[in-house]
Amino acid sequence: MHKKTIAELDRGLRQGDYSSVELTQHYLARIERLNPRLNAYITVDGDRALAAAERADSRRRQGQAGPLTGIPIAHKDIFCTQGLKTSCGSRMLDGFVAPYNATVVERLEEAGVVMLGKTNMDEFAMGSSNETSWYGPVRNPWDETRVPGGSSGGSAAAVAARLCAAATGTDTGGSIRQPAALCGLTGLKPTYGRVSRWGMIAFASSLDQAGPMTRSAEDAALLLQAMAGFDPRDSTSAQEPVPDYLTGIGQDLKGLRIGLPKEYFGKGLDAGVAASIEAAIAEYRRLGAEFRDISLPNSPLSVPTYYVVAPAECSSNLARFDGVRYGHRCQDPRDLTDLYTRSRAEGFGAEVKRRVMIGTYVLSAGYYDAYYLKAQKLRHLISDDFRRAFAEVDLILGPTSPTTAFPLGAKADDPVAMYLNDIYTIATNLAGLPGLSLPAAPAAGLPVGLQLIGDYFQEARLLNVAHQLQKATDWHLASPPSFD
Amino acid sequence: MSLTRTDVDKIAFLARIQLSDDEKDRYVHDLNGILALAEQMNAVDTHDTGPMAHPLRMTQRLRADQVTEPDQRERFQGIAPAVEDGLYLVPKVIE
Repeated sequence: MHKKTIAELDRGLRQGDYSSVELTQHYLARIERLNPRLNAYITVDGDRALAAAERADSRRRQGQAGPLTGIPIAHKDIFCTQGLKTSCGSRMLDGFVAPYNATVVERLEEAGVVMLGKTNMDEFAMGSSNETSWYGPVRNPWDETRVPGGSSGGSAAAVAARLCAAATGTDTGGSIRQPAALCGLTGLKPTYGRVSRWGMIAFASSLDQAGPMTRSAEDAALLLQAMAGFDPRDSTSAQEPVPDYLTGIGQDLKGLRIGLPKEYFGKGLDAGVAASIEAAIAEYRRLGAEFRDISLPNSPLSVPTYYVVAPAECSSNLARFDGVRYGHRCQDPRDLTDLYTRSRAEGFGAEVKRRVMIGTYVLSAGYYDAYYLKAQKLRHLISDDFRRAFAEVDLILGPTSPTTAFPLGAKADDPVAMYLNDIYTIATNLAGLPGLSLPAAPAAGLPVGLQLIGDYFQEARLLNVAHQLQKATDWHLASPPSFD
Repeated sequence: MSLTRTDVDKIAFLARIQLSDDEKDRYVHDLNGILALAEQMNAVDTHDTGPMAHPLRMTQRLRADQVTEPDQRERFQGIAPAVEDGLYLVPKVIE
């Protein structure tokens, strides 16, 4: 059962081949057996999952099931779940139980999904390897000595190892797409504002977006359908109608104009990854797409720009963790300052502290113009590059990440080397555009991610273009052999 | 320009994070590395460019000034480290 996609599982549920309770038991047994090798889950709640599965089965008997009803999924531990721990990968929120559900959780619950548990992640979503989690690193199911990517590394490892049918993730600078690439999945970061951020613990509010991490573009369409839409509780939620993402998925690609940014194929790109991307380009040519060379001249500046903007917003967002209203509080504080400084020193890990301090500095008096204002201006230029590109092409294609999964510990002590992993994913967040990663041909036995970037609210086109490649090739069907 | 230990002390206090001596050495090194990366931004002249306020150039949506949330004080204080009589407890601020 675990080898099936959501669309296939739904067929089985409809035909009565198995119930959601049986499906859920099957996944729970796999989690118990295999999760200790991966550390993909922080919290698993079998009783709650089985109760949800029973509700899904009875809903089906009443003829009220939708395409996600009874499907077992996992949520990244950044989404607030009422009555179930939400840690955000941090000691600060160890044991924290949110008093409400995130909109994403609520909408998927309404669609009838079964939540198996909450997945591991880089602390407060700050990281590209899932090594900054308070709960320990996650291992890549393709090679357990390597990282799964981050920050949604637990979600990626869980879906890749078939410990859930799909999972949610969040993407601030590549945190859905990069782990999807490193674990061989389809991961979609929607347009900024497409999916509600309400109840999703904030890292950098002008960049954060939630999206699906799945085994196919079709599954991503099913999940996004339930997640997307206007939410009055998120002041940046887009009031754009949500199209039917499955309707257009079968469209052929004849005459589709795809841009290849030269900046995404330069030095730093691993030769094996480059070869896989070339093979995908050749496949798209056969499918009728036309390629054009384009330039995003300011994209090399996206990493420095991001590592000013994101820490600035994070330092402001994480100011709420003060040891007073919720979260970790130090023992026997001497005075209020001691309460704040010690609670935060104990509650935050090294990477979070680095980013909070960088953010504090770039926003402080005397440095604001040189760093934060400069970065916000560059963001304009980076976003204008895309505007010019989309006047000429329908879609932009390139690698998701410069390399395949790297060994655990390889970059853990060098923040700048780690940041450079995000070189191809960050510009999309800075511009607020949708981006999707899907598996290309593997390189040396490890998954390679192909990135598609669309114009604003073009998620349907991204899903269509990804689905067509998945119909023509079997790259997305590969699964890690030792998690059969 | 490069940060000193004194700068890091000041930043850590502004961020309300206590650092040990070992951590201070490490953060002087790390923060300077990150700021060196950030300084690559200076390669581009942005004199005639305005800052970007919103990725989609939208303005903030406003809602009617109406009460929409019920009082949930007890529920929200149920997860606080220390409360008494509906108030959050902190060390004494005024002698």
